[in-house]
Amino acid sequence: MSDIRLMQGNEACALGAIHAGVRFYAGYPITPSTEIAEIMAEELPKYGGKFIQMEDEIAGMAAIIGASLTGKKTLTATSGPGFSLKQENIGYAAMAEVPCVVVNVQRGGPSTGLPTSPAQSEIMQSKYGSHGDRGAIVLTPSTVPECFRLAVRSVNLAEKYMTPVILLMDEIVGHMREAIDLEEERKAEVYDRKKPDCGPEDYVAYAPDENGAPVLAPFGAGYRYHVTGLTHDETGFSTMVPEKVERVNRRLVDKIENNKEDIVMWEETCTDDAESVIVAYGGAARAAREAVELLRAEGKKVGLFRPISVWPFPDKALTALAAKVRSVFVTEMNDGQLAGEVKKVIGGKVPVDGLFVMDGEIMTPQEIADGWKGANQ
Amino acid sequence: MSDKKYLRNDKLPHIWCPGCGNGIVLSALERALEQANVDKDKTVIVSGIGCSSRMPTYMDFNTLHTTHGRALAFATGVKLANPELTVFVIMGDGDATAIGGNHLIHACRRNIGLNAIVVNNNIYGMTGGQYSPLTPTGMKATTAPYGMVERNFDLCELAHAAGATYVARGTVFHAKPLTDLILESMDNDGFSMVEVLSTCPIGFGRRNKIRGNYELMEWVKNRAVNVKAAAKMSEEDLRGKLLIGRLYSEPAEEYTKCYDKIIEIAGKEAKR
Ligand SMILES: Cc1ncc(C[n+]2csc(CCOP(=O)(O)OP(=O)(O)O)c2C)c(N)n1
Ligand code: SF4
Repeated sequence: MSDIRLMQGNEACALGAIHAGVRFYAGYPITPSTEIAEIMAEELPKYGGKFIQMEDEIAGMAAIIGASLTGKKTLTATSGPGFSLKQENIGYAAMAEVPCVVVNVQRGGPSTGLPTSPAQSEIMQSKYGSHGDRGAIVLTPSTVPECFRLAVRSVNLAEKYMTPVILLMDEIVGHMREAIDLEEERKAEVYDRKKPDCGPEDYVAYAPDENGAPVLAPFGAGYRYHVTGLTHDETGFSTMVPEKVERVNRRLVDKIENNKEDIVMWEETCTDDAESVIVAYGGAARAAREAVELLRAEGKKVGLFRPISVWPFPDKALTALAAKVRSVFVTEMNDGQLAGEVKKVIGGKVPVDGLFVMDGEIMTPQEIADGWKGANQ
Repeated sequence: MSDKKYLRNDKLPHIWCPGCGNGIVLSALERALEQANVDKDKTVIVSGIGCSSRMPTYMDFNTLHTTHGRALAFATGVKLANPELTVFVIMGDGDATAIGGNHLIHACRRNIGLNAIVVNNNIYGMTGGQYSPLTPTGMKATTAPYGMVERNFDLCELAHAAGATYVARGTVFHAKPLTDLILESMDNDGFSMVEVLSTCPIGFGRRNKIRGNYELMEWVKNRAVNVKAAAKMSEEDLRGKLLIGRLYSEPAEEYTKCYDKIIEIAGKEAKR
């Protein structure tokens, strides 16, 4: 059986989140993410879930954290300006280790920028936008079915690692229509956060499990504990003892870094015999894939490396690939944000060039192919 | 101090300065919760950032110390996600009226079942005495060295105009009536706000030459007029005074209950 539908990435994202168990949405409308809110407003109450349009994005972020502490799976969606507003409370969710998913359907920036045009310029903000050091999980889909899949995975990872997860979409995938087999996608496994396996007397809220994540009981379940954005010890209460401060800060980084094998995702196309590799992700990877076909038709041995988790970055996979190729070419709709990480990983072993576009237009396969040729004469 | 049923006695003594009103507010709240015999496991205490927002640390409940100004937005998520929980929200005057003013207006408007307590000490205590929207015009703060140049607003009138269904004001000088007001506010099924006129001898009193802790209490007391007594006073006599007591009680359907009806409607549509 299959249930094939034609739908937008935003819609697939909303349906994926619901499949993953999201039952609470709070947010503020902004193009090009608004359809996600509209679908949640219509669908969630059908499942007994809750939707609320808050007074701004700061409040939307705050509300999903509060709701998550009662044990609900929660989501908010936004775009550039709203993503900027959410940053302080994204940091709070990271510090207080409250699972939730933030969708950012990227549009042109800075500022109000290009509300209806695509961009990919929050690669760095999605990891470093909130003050302080922490590990970050950021996933970026490039097809409509993948919007569904990665929405599910974002929720699962948030619940497993007790952290905010960013689903970094862009206007291309958000608004394009593509076929998706819902029957097939709805086979995706769903992960629910752990519950304490001890009584309230023995419960230590921020004692890490084997992954380095705490087990937070839902408010109201009989485990009374304290949640704060202040640096805290394992009891959840604030501390300034250097060893304890270091321990929690280190753990917030390590619980992601040490579990990279479990978290990182990437896709390789035509890389087996590749002599050069194009790195592209999200909506822009669609054109890059076609560029690879154009170049292959001309006899150039080019492959595609598509990070699906931009954070943590699939560094091992790219390092292995870099050992086989003569050059790397990064294409992205910003001033080379991920190219910086690519260069860091490759460490000068092969030349890294790129095509960085900031004109609000989707790059064409031909532009990418020409750019690659220019760099690989 | 004997062990209190609703406090985390191992977290005491508290961090507040001698003469600070926060301790009085905490005791009044603690007494009200005890008199109401609330279930500790089903009660959440949310706060923002500031000296007064440290209160939940000492309270033996599910406690959520959030970001500056955003306590009501976090609390809205808690309450809507699980309406069975009793939710208190503790904020300072800066927290609730400056950075969090927008959230306050909309929590009032929605009439969501939260019990807000705004500890108004007329100053930003935690950061060392900068002016807040409620620093009386003309009085001094570190960022108003020549006197507060801006005008104030009446927080209770603002909350009422925005839609809060229970609004009261008390003071730290009148501790027993404060307990009663908090208790009464819990009976309102909707958004309740109790503003508490409080003291910050360090950040506010000293700088305004109100030297002793008792003098500052007197200053607070003298600003307040009971709402019943005020009915018999002239406009002239009431100038610059703040009314205390229950100011508004206008019950209306609570937000999460309204939302439950949406769930019912949507559920029926889904079946069709
Ligand atoms: C976003 C943000 N801005 C500023 C601050 C600094 N800050 C901490 S508490 C505070 C004001 C506290 O005053 P109030 O809310 O009146 O509470 P009080 O300390 O007087 O109880 C400020 C400005 C902060 N923590 N976060
Ligand atoms: S600074 Fe003011 S508000 Fe803060 S604890 Fe001291 S007296 Fe209280």
